[in-house]
Amino acid sequence: MSTIGIPALSLVVLVGASGSGKSTFARRHFLGTEVISSDVCRGLVSDDENDQAATKDAFEVLHFIAGKRLAAGRLTVIDATNVQPEARRELVALAREHDVLPVAIVLDPPEKVCVERNAARPDRQFGSKVVVRQRSQLRRGLKSLKREGFRGVHVLTTVEEIDAVEIERTKLFNDLTDQTGPFDIIGDIHGCRAELEQLLTELDYTISRDDRGRAVDARSVNGRRVVFVGDLVDRGPDTPGVLRLVMGMVASGNAYCVPGNHEDKLLRALRGKNVKVSHGLEESLAQLAEEPEEFRRQVEQFVDGLVSHYVFDGGKLVVSHAGLVERMHGRASGRVRAFCLYGETTGETDEFGLPVRYPWAQDYRGRAMVVYGHTPTPEPEWINNTTCLDTGCVFGGALTALRYPERELVAVQAAEEYYAPAKPLHVPSAPAREPDGLDITDVTGRRVIETATHGRLSVRAEQAGAALEVMSRFAIDPRFLLYLPPTMSPVGTSPEPGLLEHPRQAFEAYQAQGVTDLVCEEKHMGSRAVVLVTRDDDVALQRFGLAGRGAVHTRTGRSFFGPELTGELLLRLREVVDAAGLFDELETSWLLLDAELLPWSAKAGDLLRDQYAAVGAAARTSLPAATSALVSAQAAGLDVGDLLARTERRTANAELFSAAYRRYCWPTDGLDGVRVAPFQVLASEGATYHDRPHAWHLGIADRLVAEGPSLFTPTRRLFVDETSWAEGIAWWEELTGAGGEGMVVKPAANLVRTGKGLAQPGLKVRGQEYLRIIYGPDYTEPANFERLRNRNLGHKRSLALREYALGLESLERAARGEPLWRIHECVFAVLALESEPVDPRL
Amino acid sequence: MFLTIATTSSGLGAPAAELGFLLHKNPARPQSLEVAGGVAHVIYPEATDQACTAAVLLEVDPIALVRSGKGRAAEGFTLGQYVNDRPYAASSLLAVALGKLFRTAMNGRCDARPELAARAIELDLHVPALPCSGGPALAERLFGPLGWSVDARPVPLDPEIPEWGDSRYVDLRLHGTLRLADALNHLYVLLPVLDDAKHYWVGSDEVDKLVRAGEGWLGAHPEKDLISRRYLAHRRNLSDAALERLTEADGETLPDEVQVEAGDDTATGEARVALAVERRQTVLGVVRELRGRRVADLGCGEGALVGELLKVGEIDQVLACDVSARALDRLERRLHVREMSDRQRERLRVFQSSVTYADARLAGVDVAVLMEVVEHVDQPRLPALAQAVFGAAQPGAVVVTTPNSEYNVRFEKLPAGAFRHPDHRFEWTRAEFRAWADGVAARFGYGVEYRSVGPDDPEVGPPTQLAVFRRTEGAA
Repeated sequence: MSTIGIPALSLVVLVGASGSGKSTFARRHFLGTEVISSDVCRGLVSDDENDQAATKDAFEVLHFIAGKRLAAGRLTVIDATNVQPEARRELVALAREHDVLPVAIVLDPPEKVCVERNAARPDRQFGSKVVVRQRSQLRRGLKSLKREGFRGVHVLTTVEEIDAVEIERTKLFNDLTDQTGPFDIIGDIHGCRAELEQLLTELDYTISRDDRGRAVDARSVNGRRVVFVGDLVDRGPDTPGVLRLVMGMVASGNAYCVPGNHEDKLLRALRGKNVKVSHGLEESLAQLAEEPEEFRRQVEQFVDGLVSHYVFDGGKLVVSHAGLVERMHGRASGRVRAFCLYGETTGETDEFGLPVRYPWAQDYRGRAMVVYGHTPTPEPEWINNTTCLDTGCVFGGALTALRYPERELVAVQAAEEYYAPAKPLHVPSAPAREPDGLDITDVTGRRVIETATHGRLSVRAEQAGAALEVMSRFAIDPRFLLYLPPTMSPVGTSPEPGLLEHPRQAFEAYQAQGVTDLVCEEKHMGSRAVVLVTRDDDVALQRFGLAGRGAVHTRTGRSFFGPELTGELLLRLREVVDAAGLFDELETSWLLLDAELLPWSAKAGDLLRDQYAAVGAAARTSLPAATSALVSAQAAGLDVGDLLARTERRTANAELFSAAYRRYCWPTDGLDGVRVAPFQVLASEGATYHDRPHAWHLGIADRLVAEGPSLFTPTRRLFVDETSWAEGIAWWEELTGAGGEGMVVKPAANLVRTGKGLAQPGLKVRGQEYLRIIYGPDYTEPANFERLRNRNLGHKRSLALREYALGLESLERAARGEPLWRIHECVFAVLALESEPVDPRL
Repeated sequence: MFLTIATTSSGLGAPAAELGFLLHKNPARPQSLEVAGGVAHVIYPEATDQACTAAVLLEVDPIALVRSGKGRAAEGFTLGQYVNDRPYAASSLLAVALGKLFRTAMNGRCDARPELAARAIELDLHVPALPCSGGPALAERLFGPLGWSVDARPVPLDPEIPEWGDSRYVDLRLHGTLRLADALNHLYVLLPVLDDAKHYWVGSDEVDKLVRAGEGWLGAHPEKDLISRRYLAHRRNLSDAALERLTEADGETLPDEVQVEAGDDTATGEARVALAVERRQTVLGVVRELRGRRVADLGCGEGALVGELLKVGEIDQVLACDVSARALDRLERRLHVREMSDRQRERLRVFQSSVTYADARLAGVDVAVLMEVVEHVDQPRLPALAQAVFGAAQPGAVVVTTPNSEYNVRFEKLPAGAFRHPDHRFEWTRAEFRAWADGVAARFGYGVEYRSVGPDDPEVGPPTQLAVFRRTEGAA
């Protein structure tokens, strides 16, 4: 023997006496990290690799590490003597627990080789007795290794053999990760050959027939391939016809097929096993009895060769008859096969006598799309990126195919009800769980989220904890909460006297990154609002699983208004969006808009009164009293000139402060007086828009303003490039001089990547007077101002980018119709990052 | 912030300017002193034989104030730290400054004029911007019993927006004949009491100092309770800055911490305590009756019920869950979790959880308690709560209590239509509660039985309503 084949994912158990060369062997054939040595583990727990008293603890460590590696899907090699059956039994159990194949490699060189090697090592002076005992234990167990559960047993008995052997890692049968599709995945057929032929035709396959006109193969004209989810047989009118076609397609490479429970049982029947002939097996057997013996033998071989499930397309697609939990993807064991065939059953039966199935898909959080059949449902439904294609064709339903990666369904109706179902097809199962309910583990603890634009982003456990409270106590239903806007960084501090912020720093910052085409957008004096508008009253329930018209929420996910006002506002928004033709143009039934809702007092009335106005009231009362006391003191000849001058300036500052917040207050009554200023389209069905230039977004906003001028407010803007900075600065001066909040400078192209990664999506440049309500009435006093200049923007900028990327990620996921938990984890992460202690004035 | 202390020759029984001796501050020379949060100035706008006024002007340095903050509330958290009334209103900072400026005077010592220091003199105090959330009436209640005649005028919030009404400040003038030391001590103690704002910077040792300054008069004050309660409130308000920050981001304010939890804050003191205790006892009784071995208190807050549950020997394990990590911290401190033996600790699991997310750690508990929790959840989110608790966790039994809104008319202080607590999202009538509970029970396979907590009023029912759900489908 010169080559040993071992499955790419397996638990390799080396077996051999001390001195048999296991560690050397392991070093030669495996990565150092793949090998777990009992000696090393002994050393880890006791500082002495030969301390036999530490053996129990050492093996606990060994099993723990091996378990973690196997759970992560990594090949693991156990370097221990493993000569006793008990030791091996535990390892086989460990392999089974993780649904990987255990493989034994036995190194059994002559006794004197082992003894000599040990004698040469100063730490192994235990004589030949130990080796003799170990070898005899090994010899006794050798024959039973297969019975112990090892799927491969390789015995090497000479030094030459041990030195010469090569190890080859073989792919598991279920590993088709290199097959990227496209695929057409077809649900349970159950002998409905006519419907299958019809469906293949609709999918643009050309069917080839034998001389008797029977379909024996089908080839896609578009280079696609079929994946059958199993249950080809039983109940229906032409099981042999279906098998002939499917077997032909599999043989020609035009299709893959996984087995269903009905194939499994048919196989046992064909092999003469004693099975209960029920659930339509009688039809199959009767029909197959008409076929020649040769065909039955081919069927038996075909079914026997079917692999429990397949993993396609780099791990992005898994097909199995009854679905598969993530930890079993790409694994091989009896348990995996049982799950693939029968699903996860609870052992109970329902009122129709059918086994109760555990709704594994509702807990599914895996990355791969899982497509399966097995349980008839009236309509395929997406549950956490899994879907069941069994639409009960044989029961008079339909035969359904899913196009991958397009996620489109193609179905043909059954010509008739061929078989009466045990349970009516249209009885919904008990509503034990919401199909896509959220679990606490979807959001809590330390989390890492993979974003398309900014790599992997992590959220710390305590940040998630703070967000959990806010999300639970105040936020709207997560099904309507598709996005939270990111925080925005201000420009770098201006060197100009008396100004903390100035447009020049924004222009320069972008120029330094090579971004020269910019847009300046007026910063509205309102509250950030995210608006989910739907086209009609059925959309929300159908698309988001929640009744209502959508949502108008704040940057932390609260509803701006109560249910009634929200409904009314959304109705008005819908009318305008519809009149502007946006639903048609963007081919969507819903639209997510980024906007500002005005006035600020509509939402922040309490804050304005309790915080800002109160400051003004206290100042207005105390400072004049102080001023008049100082005037008297000065008149009496005391030297209080500086203090008096300062107090008078502070009095004026307090008035400026009051004037600044008053601009944010105007009376609203219900929705009267409320205005919406949209400035960006965030997402719609199947689409996001951050790659469209701001001119496009503002164009949409203008159309909404034109259609609904009483509800919508325009966002003024100015496009600048390197030649027109002066105009940008003049415009900012004009805006802020008139009491405006300032402006936001953004790359005109919208999302921009530079050599250093993402560019900031926007930089805010706030006006001098507006900053008074942020930095305090007296921030312009020279003594204060110089200290405030020294502000650290680094953290804020980093946070802004991370939140931006998470926001885009949630939009992408929402637009793609991904499972709720996938969207929610991003939305939640934005809120969690917002709990970071960053200077709130930035 | 600013205040004046004035007297006249007739009021003093001596040349008025001798007030300077009593204050140990020379009227002829303005003085400045660095104090916590800024610089305090003492100047005399008038100091003649006839009349003398001493003015204290505290120039707060708002930036230094934040930077000197300690602990979690240190720089960089909420905007409220930066823009607030500290530089203008007479607050605890002014009290601290008074203590530093006039320490000797407050002790009643004056070596130059000992007889003046020992004597009651006629004084006029003016505090133009005094925070006083109870309005002029509260100022009267606090200063009146001490011998002052009180003139407190409300300050409008914003004269340009008259519909906003009055601010929480009053322009306070006090006139009375008292020892100067007493007058100063009154201010020293009562300014912080009236200053009900959130304190990011007053340490608890300051509070102790204030209590010492109340010796001799605080004990007999009719509003002693109110005064002490507000001291405690200050300590509690050193609260969760992260939560505040996220709330502030929306232009919202958090309901005051002190009020959260009891849920019956509008009932008068004794009745409130009685109802909270009675509710806890009733729930405890129901849990015992249900013979649960693993019991979860969902929304356990600081753990009043958890402590009781742990005393029940038949309960093997108590799961204490709340959405607020801060509440759980307090629970661990209150119940001394850290000092518990391994065995005790085994019986208690404390973890953050949310009733709107499914949580596998709660799966299959025998009894789940939702005591005064549902009314803190927005109504549109109640299906998620039902899903998480009844659908996912599937306890053998669930105990729910919630206020009976019909009973609210019996709370005299509660305005009609108002809720018992600012964070309540709704309060149900008995019929509304039953409609919800019956629906949940039917949907998730539970039977439900209703009970009352507190006196069952023939007309409006009990103050608190209670439902016991028992699972009917499948084995528990």
